[in-house]
Amino acid sequence: MNMLPKGMTRRHFMSHLAGATAMVGPSLMMGNAIRANAEELKKQGKSCILMWMGGGPSTIDMWDLKPGAATGGEFRPISTAGDLQICEHLPKTAKVMNHLSVIRSMSTREADHGRGRYYMHTGYVPNPQMEHPGLGSVIAHETYGQRSELDIPPVVSVGSGSVGPGFLGMAWAPFTVNSNGDVRNLRMNGMDDATLQKRLQMLSLVEEGFVKQNRGPAAMDHAKILQKTVNLMTSDQMKAFRVREESPQMTELYGDNNFGKGCLLARRLVEAGVPFIEVDYGGWDNHQNIFTTLRDQKLPVVDQAMSGLVIDLEQRGLLKDTTIVWMGEFGRTPRINGNTGRDHWARSWSVVVGGGGIKGGLAVGQTNSEGTGVDSEPYSSEDLMATICRAMGVSLETTFQSKSGRPMKIANSGKLIKEVLA
Amino acid sequence: MNAYRETPIQKTERSIDMFVKRMLLAALAAVVLTTAPLVTAPLTTASRVQAQEDYGIPQVGKINEEIRAVWSDYGIRPSPEEIDSKWLRRVYLDVIGRVPSVDELNEFARDRGRDRKRKVVDKLLNDEQYAEEYARNWTSIWTNVLIGRNAGNDNNSPINREGMQKYLRDSMARNKPYDAIVKDLVTATGTNTPGMAGFNGAVNFYLDKLEEDGVLATAKTAQVFLGLQVQCTQCHNHPFNEWKQDKFWSLNAFFRQTRSRRGQNPDANSDMRAMELTNADFRGEGGNPDNAEIYYELRNGLMKVAYPEFVDGQSIPTSGRISEVNRRDELAKFINDSETMPEAIVNRYWGHFFGYGFTKPVDDMGPHNRATHPELLSHLGQEFRKSSFNLKDLIRWITLSEAYSLSSKITKGNELDDPTVGEPPKFSHFYLRQMQAEQLYESLLVATQAHKVRGNYEEQERKKAQWMQQFVIAFGTDEGDEATTFNGTIPQALMMFNGELIQNATSIKQGSFIAQLATDGADGKEAINHLYLAAIARKPSKNELQAANMLLLSHKGNTAAALQDIFWALLNSNEFILNH
Repeated sequence: MNMLPKGMTRRHFMSHLAGATAMVGPSLMMGNAIRANAEELKKQGKSCILMWMGGGPSTIDMWDLKPGAATGGEFRPISTAGDLQICEHLPKTAKVMNHLSVIRSMSTREADHGRGRYYMHTGYVPNPQMEHPGLGSVIAHETYGQRSELDIPPVVSVGSGSVGPGFLGMAWAPFTVNSNGDVRNLRMNGMDDATLQKRLQMLSLVEEGFVKQNRGPAAMDHAKILQKTVNLMTSDQMKAFRVREESPQMTELYGDNNFGKGCLLARRLVEAGVPFIEVDYGGWDNHQNIFTTLRDQKLPVVDQAMSGLVIDLEQRGLLKDTTIVWMGEFGRTPRINGNTGRDHWARSWSVVVGGGGIKGGLAVGQTNSEGTGVDSEPYSSEDLMATICRAMGVSLETTFQSKSGRPMKIANSGKLIKEVLA
Repeated sequence: MNAYRETPIQKTERSIDMFVKRMLLAALAAVVLTTAPLVTAPLTTASRVQAQEDYGIPQVGKINEEIRAVWSDYGIRPSPEEIDSKWLRRVYLDVIGRVPSVDELNEFARDRGRDRKRKVVDKLLNDEQYAEEYARNWTSIWTNVLIGRNAGNDNNSPINREGMQKYLRDSMARNKPYDAIVKDLVTATGTNTPGMAGFNGAVNFYLDKLEEDGVLATAKTAQVFLGLQVQCTQCHNHPFNEWKQDKFWSLNAFFRQTRSRRGQNPDANSDMRAMELTNADFRGEGGNPDNAEIYYELRNGLMKVAYPEFVDGQSIPTSGRISEVNRRDELAKFINDSETMPEAIVNRYWGHFFGYGFTKPVDDMGPHNRATHPELLSHLGQEFRKSSFNLKDLIRWITLSEAYSLSSKITKGNELDDPTVGEPPKFSHFYLRQMQAEQLYESLLVATQAHKVRGNYEEQERKKAQWMQQFVIAFGTDEGDEATTFNGTIPQALMMFNGELIQNATSIKQGSFIAQLATDGADGKEAINHLYLAAIARKPSKNELQAANMLLLSHKGNTAAALQDIFWALLNSNEFILNH
């Protein structure tokens, strides 16, 4: 079988291939951000952990109790290490509240799960004409320049789908893993490095040829993801995902359940330099039997994991550079419904922030005596995003530009919640 | 094996020439009263390269006309027609859910008739040999629409996934008219698990949507069949569409005679829940079955009353007695008589074939979200009703349209038509999109000939469902929201690199597809051509062929190992995973 092309030596051929494989490197453009203030981005090593409470947690029963009111529910408030009271079923968190602050005057309009999830992640209401990037993708995009040595994707989503990268492109999509840190199909199966190399060379010829045909951004996105995947497969940074290697004491500190393990994994990823980690804890859509569910199931898990994370980060000296955010897509109705549940409610609810760049121990803003409205200045998703960006040293002057030329201000031009900024 | 050639890509220019020629000929004919035979010959040649081929189907002509009208409004020039083999790959993926085999590509390439595309579409839709694949593809699509990717996969779910799929498969295989499908789903009663007495797979649509007085059933019915997003109006008036809270509850009132209860699973070893969906008299929340009303709560705590009333204001008698009024039967009639129903399905199918519907998302229609081509949408809706709700007709109109035949290559004349940046789609070039996980799975079976030895239908579907599980992400809400990681991100790329599915597809064990190719006596070049056609429906370029030859050399005569490397590379490429 004479397959050798005339006049072509093996050496010549390999150099030809090497040229072709350059594809995923310099020819790529990363996003369209106009960087207004490059200096701001030089700040090193900041991370953010977002604890996402899918379903809409009942913040009136956790962080902004209304004892004695008709809407007050069954729980009593207790004092904390900070200058505020929280729910009696969060005793461990109460002891670390000097590091965490509650923003009690969140007031939003999206009380549908899908819309609320989108709005709280992006700072924008859903718009059929435009897909906005989630906070994690934005932070990743803005801090990636300082993390050129990072092989792990800069936004990791533990146990949840989070919200996509929108117009930033698939290269900034959250990397989803489960709380055991399992990354499926990471190990090369029956393929050694040399084989992989040869195959990638062949692959890059096809890949690049297709990109050059100008069939749209999906072709280039695919090429970028290929490169990231190769980096990931061959990196020893992936040991950060081995949350099972933690001691039993450590597992106990966070709670031996999915959310606890997810938070512990988040701490490992912070140590590895990942700028944004979202840990999902769902099951808050408590339209019925809310008090038993909260007392027996949801609150103990949150209490253990949240306090464990704060204690652990502080002991490791990481808390000052790690911004913590706890929120869901909305709160729940102050009024208790006929099934002893609470329904969706966005007009007045709470989120919790703490750690890097944030002052702890405060209750910011207030709701009325029944919890049905906000009495102080209301805060929005945009405001919260802007505050998180500032806490992490990401410039609020950053403007993204969509290909159609529309300028989009980071955090949708939200205003800072100054009271909590350190 | 050189049946493969590309059709000329300069068709647009040529068609203009031909158009001019035709006009001249027509003028001549008028002046000198030339007899018909004299002009027929050149006209036939002309229409062969005519860009706006409509195959004598008026609906196709109308689509072409309306789509062109928007191009001319925006000064957009369409991309040239896609080469035949790529068009074939596209239509196979979209209609039967997999790429064409090498034999099918070659067969199409041999047909140079001007009717060749119509023949392929008709074959995929009507030929016995594709009946099972057609039904399988649309069953997957509809299952995901009706119950999502996750429902029925664990034993806490009241849904029997197989039951849902069995109903859909039977309906798709018989090409049941769409209005009948809507009626089946909306009015369904019976048991959910195949083998149970009174089995009716259609009941699985509502079985997990009945909690809290059926609010989810209400929202999903409006969303799936009418393209209306009403879930927000459960608690308050919609923030930006015209829906009011009272409309939601009036629609919800249609579901109050609906009950579900547990049944006996016919398989004693199965711990899946067996369920039954029934109708029963509704006593009304006020306790009067002759005037069975429901109450809902305004934001301020006030209670209001509602009776069954369709979205357009039509109402039915208020009795809750099933012997007097079967509320879901009445609802199905309202839906099927509405103008919205055919438009919603047209929009959904258009979105399937083009990657973008006339609205985004396809199931959020209304004055707040204006359609990109409102007249075309309305026209196709009417035509769909006239065709007796024949889904295959709808597919035929769309796939034979000019827009569907265009190249995905973006040209200077249409680079502004870019829906990825939020521009309303003008359909002036084909939009790239990723294969669905199901399409990948089926495509690999066919590309590697493994489909010839697959087990029985249920077994195959179980295997596929198991494999699909790795991609599902469920959000923690009562509405069962979910997403997939088969979305072009790293987990998918890792699966394509190292996953079992790809390992099997590229296996060189004895009897495998590649081992067969390597020993078939075919020389290396033929085998490489075959792999390229099987994966990406084209032959290798000169560069690629050289590279492939070097791989053969480097494996020192182990042809199978080299072919394995090549096939792995092809399957991992953008050109393979993207429908283009």
